[in-house]
Amino acid sequence: MQEFLQQLVNGIAIGSIYALIALGYTMVYGILRFVNFAHGDVFMVGAFFGLFAAGWIGASAGANGPAAVVVVFLAAMFGAAVLGVILERFAYKPVRGQPRLNALITAIGVSLFLENAGILIFGADPKTFPELLPPANYSVGGVKISSTQVMTLAGSCLLMLGLNFVVYRTRIGKAMRAVSFSRDAASLMGIPTDRVITATFALGSALAAAAGVLFSMSYPRLDPLMGVMQGLKAFVAAVLGGIGNIPGAVVGGLVLGLAETLVSGYLSSTYRDAIAFVLLIVILIVKPSGLLGRAVSEKV
Amino acid sequence: MQGKPDQRNARGLTTALAGVAVLLAPLGCAKQVQEIKVGEYSSLTGDKATFGISTHNGIQMALDELNAAGGIGGVQVRLITEDDQGKPEEAATAVQKLVSQDQVVAVLGEVASSNSLQGAPICQKNGVPMITPASTNEKVTQQGDYIFRVCFIDPFQGTVMAKFAAQSLNLKRVGILRDARSDYSIGLANSFKETFASLGGEISGDEAYQQGDVDFKGPLTALIATGPEALFVPGYYTEVGLIARQVRELGFTGPLLGGDGWDSPKLVEIGGEAMNGHYFSNHYTEQDPSPVIQGFIQKYKAKYNQVPDAMGALSYDAARVLFAALQQVQAASPEEWKGLLATGAAKPEARRAAMAALRDRIAATSSFPGVTGAITLDEQRNARKPAVVLSIKEGKYAFVEQIAP
Repeated sequence: MQEFLQQLVNGIAIGSIYALIALGYTMVYGILRFVNFAHGDVFMVGAFFGLFAAGWIGASAGANGPAAVVVVFLAAMFGAAVLGVILERFAYKPVRGQPRLNALITAIGVSLFLENAGILIFGADPKTFPELLPPANYSVGGVKISSTQVMTLAGSCLLMLGLNFVVYRTRIGKAMRAVSFSRDAASLMGIPTDRVITATFALGSALAAAAGVLFSMSYPRLDPLMGVMQGLKAFVAAVLGGIGNIPGAVVGGLVLGLAETLVSGYLSSTYRDAIAFVLLIVILIVKPSGLLGRAVSEKV
Repeated sequence: MQGKPDQRNARGLTTALAGVAVLLAPLGCAKQVQEIKVGEYSSLTGDKATFGISTHNGIQMALDELNAAGGIGGVQVRLITEDDQGKPEEAATAVQKLVSQDQVVAVLGEVASSNSLQGAPICQKNGVPMITPASTNEKVTQQGDYIFRVCFIDPFQGTVMAKFAAQSLNLKRVGILRDARSDYSIGLANSFKETFASLGGEISGDEAYQQGDVDFKGPLTALIATGPEALFVPGYYTEVGLIARQVRELGFTGPLLGGDGWDSPKLVEIGGEAMNGHYFSNHYTEQDPSPVIQGFIQKYKAKYNQVPDAMGALSYDAARVLFAALQQVQAASPEEWKGLLATGAAKPEARRAAMAALRDRIAATSSFPGVTGAITLDEQRNARKPAVVLSIKEGKYAFVEQIAP
């Protein structure tokens, strides 16, 4: 029983990482109907921005604590938001209005560009993320929970609530939903659609960076290809939860994380991905719009 | 009217001739400056990049020494390096290019066995001798009689750690966490399992992960539930660092045991304090006071400003074994030497025969004074050498004992 509970905790921890990355995927898709395949790589760049920020404030030398965490998060999110705006301006905007396939292929190109630029600039060998907070392990009835696990779960829930707030309770959120509904109609109503789309990318990239920093705090090994697999899994999580649906991304992430952990803990690591993806297929057959996805009309 | 086309023809002919001359020029040059080409494929980028970079450093150092001393019979050796990004499929492409396009006389590489297993059949098929510095999987040299290695093999490494666990640490129950995607890891895990059982120990559980994973808590939780005293984790440093952290987070206090795949400065960097108290087998230790090793370490440090890891030392040895064999060919038979120097499509049979002669010279390597010990190649083209067991204490490696074959 204790082992099972431990596996549940493990699954929720890895699931909340997927959920974090999936949030950005699902938001950009919900508003622009565009699968940003470079999202996983923006996540990687965000993690590296966090690493540089930590080095800049001298985290490894002992300037750690909650203040350091806040600085690292803000720096990474700001850096990634700027990157997101640049990518949108130079890669995605020129192909806007053309067939959807063009944007998709552009996104794959951007993804490869970021990966290889990362290898060139950051180097291919893995980097180590400094400990921003002193590690703590709690034991609840024999089940071990680490402080980073609590942080990732809390972080993904907070970001989910924050994102919901931005999209449903703010002016820019209202504009985003309007653009999502009909770009032409929104533009006729005086909504600056280009700026709204830019803001969407900035927000999505900042989310990816937040996920990157939280990820690096749990798994302190950074390399330029770290976003590939995580991005793919998060995409699956977003589809599983119903792509475009914000709480769905979190639910999808947790379901995928739990499925993977339980399969590798009780069956075999070799079949982990196979079984997790079979699960995805089964869920999508039963519920084609994903766990929380609603068919048509509601888009965000 | 008639004059013009003629003129144009004449000009066209001149241009064509000039073009041919330009095309021929480099060929003419290549004939004058003779050189002998040796290929290398390494993971210079990717998640096993420190292996490739160390390997390249070791080979480059041996090469620079050789060329500074006048090369081989006055002929300079040129190294052509291909990056395979640590991926097996890229390794195959890299070796194919070295063999068919660059026409190298011999190939050095790789470290990861899965990558060497891609390169070896290509070298074997084309009759190009290949020496791997550090691939320890048995199957690598079984690819054919042109494939050699200057390190020991997996069964030996697994045996060493099983003996160490059972006899030196007096352990009775050990769990195994293997990398299901790595031939190297599977080889070590299987031989450990066999030897540990034959020494009266019990394998409490045998779980797997996959290269590139970051979360190992699923299989680790399952393993810890079987009550082992230690875990055998024959993986690569990128994953082992994270595994060590997570196993401690799960409250397991026993040691982890591993093989030479742990050997990288990154291991302790990633694993941090969680890396202390574990043991792994390796090819050599920089703490060995022997003058050969200390001299090598000093030269390496002066050149690259870091202490060589085992990959740096092994690749230096591999390159020197190859150069020694080339020197023997040059000294013994001018005809075969000319065959090795022949480039392009000229005399393919002579080239093949010359490479066969080179192969024989490498195979005859006996008691070669390498940095990683005296190298004697057996009939299976594997080196017979002792292994050392190192422990990690406060982020530093400490020599524990040497275990002979």
